[in-house]
Amino acid sequence: MSFLDYAPAPESRAILHLRDQYGLFIDGEFIDGGGTPFSTISPANEEKLAVISTANESDIDRAVAAARRAYERVWSRMSGRDRGKYLFRIARLVQERSRELAVAESLDNGKPIKESRDVDVPLVGAWFFYYAGWADKLDHAGLGASPRALGVAAQVIPWNFPLLMLAWKIAPALAAGNTVVLKPAETTSLTALIFAEILQQADLPAGVVNIVTGAGETGRMLVNHPEVDKVAFTGSTAVGREIARSVAGTHKKVTLELGGKAANIVFDDAPIDQAIEGVVNGIFFNQGHVCCAGSRLLVQENVHDEFVDRLKTRLQTLRLGDPLDKNTDIGAINSAEQLQRIRELSDIGEAEGAERWSPECVIPDTGFWFAPTIFTNVSTSSRIARDEIFGPVLSVLTFRTPAEAIAKANNTPYGLSAGIWTDKGSRILAVADQLRAGVIWANTFNRFDPASPFGGYKESGYGREGGRHGLAAYLAPATRTATQVALPARKAKKVTAK
Amino acid sequence: MSRLAVPKTYKLYIGGKFPRSESGRTFEVTGRGGDFLANAAQASRKDARDAVRAARGALAGWAGATAYNRGQVLYRIAELMEGRRAQFIDEVAKSEGLNARAAAAQVDESIDRWVWYAGWADKYVQVAGNGNPVSGPFFNLSVPEPTGVVAIVAPQSPSLLGIVSVMAPALVSGNAVVVVASHTHPLAAISLAEVLATSDVPGGVVNILTGSPAEIAPWLASHSDVNALDLAGAGDLDWVDLQIAAADTLKRVLPPEHGEDAAAPSLDRIVAFTETKTVWHTKSMV
Repeated sequence: MSFLDYAPAPESRAILHLRDQYGLFIDGEFIDGGGTPFSTISPANEEKLAVISTANESDIDRAVAAARRAYERVWSRMSGRDRGKYLFRIARLVQERSRELAVAESLDNGKPIKESRDVDVPLVGAWFFYYAGWADKLDHAGLGASPRALGVAAQVIPWNFPLLMLAWKIAPALAAGNTVVLKPAETTSLTALIFAEILQQADLPAGVVNIVTGAGETGRMLVNHPEVDKVAFTGSTAVGREIARSVAGTHKKVTLELGGKAANIVFDDAPIDQAIEGVVNGIFFNQGHVCCAGSRLLVQENVHDEFVDRLKTRLQTLRLGDPLDKNTDIGAINSAEQLQRIRELSDIGEAEGAERWSPECVIPDTGFWFAPTIFTNVSTSSRIARDEIFGPVLSVLTFRTPAEAIAKANNTPYGLSAGIWTDKGSRILAVADQLRAGVIWANTFNRFDPASPFGGYKESGYGREGGRHGLAAYLAPATRTATQVALPARKAKKVTAK
Repeated sequence: MSRLAVPKTYKLYIGGKFPRSESGRTFEVTGRGGDFLANAAQASRKDARDAVRAARGALAGWAGATAYNRGQVLYRIAELMEGRRAQFIDEVAKSEGLNARAAAAQVDESIDRWVWYAGWADKYVQVAGNGNPVSGPFFNLSVPEPTGVVAIVAPQSPSLLGIVSVMAPALVSGNAVVVVASHTHPLAAISLAEVLATSDVPGGVVNILTGSPAEIAPWLASHSDVNALDLAGAGDLDWVDLQIAAADTLKRVLPPEHGEDAAAPSLDRIVAFTETKTVWHTKSMV
């Protein structure tokens, strides 16, 4: 037994009491959906965890109507102080039930328990706590005095950080005075439904938050519902485009948090050990299922060979396996579909001439798994340097001068995040100025905080989540009258997905 | 003995130069009574694309200029417009059929609007950005930056105040713009271009196209190198289609505005064409 072999240390599932079947959470109650129910599985071993309802059109109508009623009769009339108190309650309940939520998240999503326990769920609590305090201070949010809520927010979230994305969406929406209909991703609905139980415990007024489950079609119906005032979406750029088209000509305010292909730039004077850790965290955190993942490593040419050697050595110590094991670094890929995409793009990378390398690691027999992979000798035109893979796959490119690093980093239609590794503070500032990305990490990576705005440039979407800026997505200035923005009467066109 | 006047040829403004439309087309601009005023250049798809290219080329310099410098250049525009006040009043009056007093009020307000926006150049970052108290050893700062190339459909009227009201806020933060001027009243816009050309606004930062917005706007809305679209004056166009076209590259879009306070001066108009960049700086151990 080498020092790398650890005895299994599984987190107990005893804390989690899943129901066999979950309904939709509408108007404060769980009800059966009208669509065909589906099973949610653990991607680590394909074990069936529960049966989830599918919301059909009349369910969406019902949820939006409940949200509208709650907005008009309760939530918009409630004082900011009381709205804040509900959010504080929710924050505390999340903290109290954090281990249970972490276990559910790792089971349903496949992410390592150390991440769900130490990153996702603590941030969920922090997010509600942060925005709770804003609810009675909206005059200071930067939109002038007495900004108004938008109304009913339709929120569609992805499967990579299921509960955290829920918190990013619901906390600012409620603090600003909106009510919500949220659709979690098809493969990761569980924690949203447990969260609905938390809302019942918090005694949140019925209809303020409604959770509808289902696949893409359910999300589409929700976003296109005419009674929705605000659309917030996190997910792929392709779906983001579809949403941007479908809301054209409507009064709906939109924020989109979409894909990325972030450059992690390592200069030759960087603290190499820290940079290695940052690069590993940047692309292998959450199996690379991160929109802001540092999927392109740009390393200065003169340190390339040494850096890649040390990176490979480090990768050999990563443990892939049971997401519930406390020692696991790399969990399961979330779905068979996503695994297929990662495989396809990696094969294309090889076919296009890049050199592929993975550490030796045992892949479990059941479930969806992909070994951490790095590609060297990648050209800027290669698909693996351009397309978002959304998996544990790193493309390594080189540069000689800061100007070249900046040009390569910006050579993408995306603009979500970037990393800079150097010991020189003045260079960090100069390079950060030139990078066209919404979040830049200097000598760190993949840091998130409720106080810190997050969101992209260019085709990574628009709007910000987090911080004071995150509130602006759910508020309108009091002075902006409805007549000032003239809309064609119901002229919005039906747009079909391309 | 009366002197024979020398009429001006009104052309496009692209990359700091005054070309005719590459298409060779012009259209007749008339006063309210139908009297002939001038032949204006009728911009084509190619002109629009040339304008976007010029804007992209000028962007780095303008966005990279100091805020103080941008503010001074924008203020300089007001100074030079003041010097040409009589000319602008004459053009606005003739084209829009306004009396001298109403035309003067519009020109004065246009000049004052440049002054107002010029003052924002070195302040809006302080209002729209902030430091963030994150949990950890990081200095975390959010600052707004210009979005990039902004395509604008200017209001049809008021012809001068309309174009100034949409152009100025986009320029404050350092964007480069391509503006489709009022179709029916384009003359003041081209005279404004002459002011811009002598106000130390770098060539390409502002590009002005005259002609049919219905013809030109779709090419701008679908252009991949345009980052944002201001439809302030597009209310009479099929603007929903423009917004749909803009979705292909996820352009930031402002909808049409109507009425007295359309494109009213506001910080929102500046911030609408900015992107918030948040940088996490790691603090060392001491």
